[in-house]
Amino acid sequence: MNRPRIRWHIVVFLAPAVLVYTAVMIFPLFNTLRLALFTEVDQTRVFVGLQNFQTLFFDPVWSEQFWNALGNNFWFFLIHMLVQNPIGIALAALLSHPRLRFAALYRSAIFIPTILSFVIVGFAWKLILSPIWGIAPSMLDAIGLKSLFAPWLGKEEYALTTLALISVWQFVGIPMMLIYAALLTIPEEILEAGEIDGITGASAFWKIKLPLILPSIGIISILTFVGNFNAFDLIYAAQGALAGPDFSTDILGTFMYRTFFGFQLQLGDPHMGSAIAGAMFAIILVGVCIYLFGIQTRMRRYQL
Amino acid sequence: MTYRSLKLALLGTTLIATSALAEDVTLTIESWRNDDLTLWQDQIIPAFEASHPGIKIQFTPSAPAEYNAVLNSKLDAGSAGDLITCRPFDASLALYEAGHLTDLSGVEAMGNFSDVAKSAWQTDDGAVSFCVPMASVIHGFIYNKDAFAELGIEVPTTEDEFFAALDKIREDGTYVPLAMGTNDQWEAATMGYNNIGPNYWKGEEGRQALITGEQKLTDEAWTAPYATLARWAEYMGDGYEAQTYPDSQNIFTLGRAAIYPAGSWEISGFNAQADFEMGAFKPPVRNAGDTCYISDHTDIGIGMNAATEHPEAAETFLAWVASPEFAEIFGNALPGFFPLSSTPVDLQDPLAKEIIGWREECESTIRSTYQILSRGTPNLENETWGASVAAIKGAKSPEELGAELQEGLSSWYAPHQ
Repeated sequence: MNRPRIRWHIVVFLAPAVLVYTAVMIFPLFNTLRLALFTEVDQTRVFVGLQNFQTLFFDPVWSEQFWNALGNNFWFFLIHMLVQNPIGIALAALLSHPRLRFAALYRSAIFIPTILSFVIVGFAWKLILSPIWGIAPSMLDAIGLKSLFAPWLGKEEYALTTLALISVWQFVGIPMMLIYAALLTIPEEILEAGEIDGITGASAFWKIKLPLILPSIGIISILTFVGNFNAFDLIYAAQGALAGPDFSTDILGTFMYRTFFGFQLQLGDPHMGSAIAGAMFAIILVGVCIYLFGIQTRMRRYQL
Repeated sequence: MTYRSLKLALLGTTLIATSALAEDVTLTIESWRNDDLTLWQDQIIPAFEASHPGIKIQFTPSAPAEYNAVLNSKLDAGSAGDLITCRPFDASLALYEAGHLTDLSGVEAMGNFSDVAKSAWQTDDGAVSFCVPMASVIHGFIYNKDAFAELGIEVPTTEDEFFAALDKIREDGTYVPLAMGTNDQWEAATMGYNNIGPNYWKGEEGRQALITGEQKLTDEAWTAPYATLARWAEYMGDGYEAQTYPDSQNIFTLGRAAIYPAGSWEISGFNAQADFEMGAFKPPVRNAGDTCYISDHTDIGIGMNAATEHPEAAETFLAWVASPEFAEIFGNALPGFFPLSSTPVDLQDPLAKEIIGWREECESTIRSTYQILSRGTPNLENETWGASVAAIKGAKSPEELGAELQEGLSSWYAPHQ
C-alpha cells in the first residue's frame, strides 16, 4: 500500500492566489476572447466566429485605423527602447559610481515621476508645453531659441513623439533602478581583477559590467514592450479618446477604448472592442514568446 | 397573554411599516453637465424638493467626454441612477431600444412640447417618446464689446464684414481675433462647421436633403463651409494647434481675445469669469440680405431608467421637468440653455435674451450630423471633427474633405449608395 499521499497542504496554500487570479485575470481574459466571437443583431447576441477579426483586418474602414494604431504603437515602443532604456542604463552607471555625491538624492528625484498618476503627468506636461500659458515657450525665448518652439502636442508630425518622450520622462526611473540593482550585485573582485589586467573606466563598463547586466536589460525590454502595447492612460489623459490630432497619437489602447465604450455619437461595440483587445493580447503574447524562446534561452549567464 | 403579545407585535409591524413609508425616496440623476452642479444644488433641486416633500434628488454628473461610456457601463451593470440625462438622437435611441429607458409617451406633461422639440428623443416613426426635452443650445459668436468699441468695429452681419473685422483686430494686435483651438477637435466641428454651415446648406432644407440622399457631402453647400473655416486659421492665436477648449475659454474671458465662436451654453460660465461686457452676433450670412439660419440644437433631455426602484417618484420629477415652472427656473438658472417648452419663458440674462431673439429673425435647424447620419461606421460626426480641423490647418482641400466624408457615408448609408 504505497500509494502516494495527496499533499493537501500544496492545494491549500495555492488556493487563495489561484482563486483570486482566476477571478480577476484569467476569467475576464477568456471571457473577452469569447466576446470577440459574437456580434449583436437586434438586441440579441449572435455567434459569428472570426468575422469580427476579419472586419478588423480586412474592412478598409477598420483596418486603416488598426494598422495606424499598431504602427503608432511600434513607434511609441521604439522611442522607449532608444531613449528610455539607454538613458536608464547610463543613469544607473553614473549612480553606481562609488565617488558620486548625493547619489540617493538623484536616485529619488529621478524615480519620483514614476509614482505620479498619468493624469497628473499628462496635465502637467500639457501645461508646460502649452503655447499660451506654458513655460516651455518662455524658457526657449530666454535662451534665444523661441523659433524652435512649436505647439508640439497639436501637430500631427510631432504629437506622438512628444507623448512618447513624456512617457520616457515619467518612467526612466524603472530601468534605472533595475540596472542599478544589477550593477550593485557585481562583485568588487571581478572589477579589481579586471583592473589588474588594465581594464578600467569606460572599458570596464563595456567589457565587464554590461555583459553581466544583459539579463536585466532583457527583462527591462520585455517590460517596456508589454507596458507600451498596453499603454492607454497617458494618451487618453493628454489627447482624449479621439487621440488627436487626426489620430496621429492613436494607439491600440485608445482605439480599443473608443470602439468598446463608444465616443460622442459613436455607440460602443463591446464585440469589436473585444476583437481589438484580442489582437492586442495576441501581439503581446507573440512578442513575449519571441523574447522567452528566441532570446532569453540563448542569453549567456555568468556565475558570479 | 398570547392575544396581547400578538397585538403588540402587530402594532410593532405597523410602526415599522409607517416609518418606512415616511422615509424619503432619493432619486439620482446621471448627467454630463458637471459645470452645472452648483446650479442644480442651489436652485433647481431645492425648488423641486420644496414643492414635493418626500422626494430627494441627487445630481451626480460625470465628465462630458466620458458620459456615454460611463453611462452605458453603469446601465449594463445595473448601477445607474434613476433619472438619465439624454443625449439627443441615436445615443438615447439605442438606450431605449436596449430597454434602459422607459416609454414616456403616456406622460401627460409631454403635451407641453412641440413635435420638433420632441423629435430628438423619439423612435424613427415618432410613435414613442422616451425623454422629456429640457433645453436647446444656439450657436453664434460671442464678442468682447469693450474691444469692439475700442477698435471702432461694428458688429458684422455678412461674411465680408466678419473677415474685415478680423483683419482690423489682427492689425491692431491687442487682441487675438478668434479664440479657438484645434487640439480638442470638437470645437472646430461644433463651433466652426455646424455654426456657420446652416447658412450654406440652408438649414433644415439641406439637412433633410442630405438625409434623403438628394444632396451629397461633395456638393458646394457642404464643402464651402470648409473653405471658410480654412480662412479662420490666420486669425486664431499662436500655436492654436495645441490650444484646448478650456484654453480658448480662458483666453476670451481674460479679455485677451475679441471674438469667441460659441455655443450658448457658455453664457453662465462667461458671466462668472469675464469682467467686460459681452455681446453676441449670429453667424454672418454670405451676402447681405440673405435669409439667416441658426443652429438651434436640441441638446438635453431627461428620461427614466427602466430599472429604477421608484418609478412613481421619477415620473413625478419628470412631470415637473416638463412644467412651465421648471422651464422658468432652468432657463434663468442656466442662461444659454433655452427651454424647449411651448410656453414662452421670460429670460433675464441680456446675452441669453439677445441669442434667443435670433429664433424670431432666422430659420432654426439642428446640427447636420446628429440625426440618423452618425449611425454607422465610420461615424460621420467624429469624421466631421477631423475634417474641420484638417480644413482649418489647411491639411486638405475642401473638395478632398467632402469626397472623403461622402465615401465614408456612402459605405454604410443606403440612401447615398
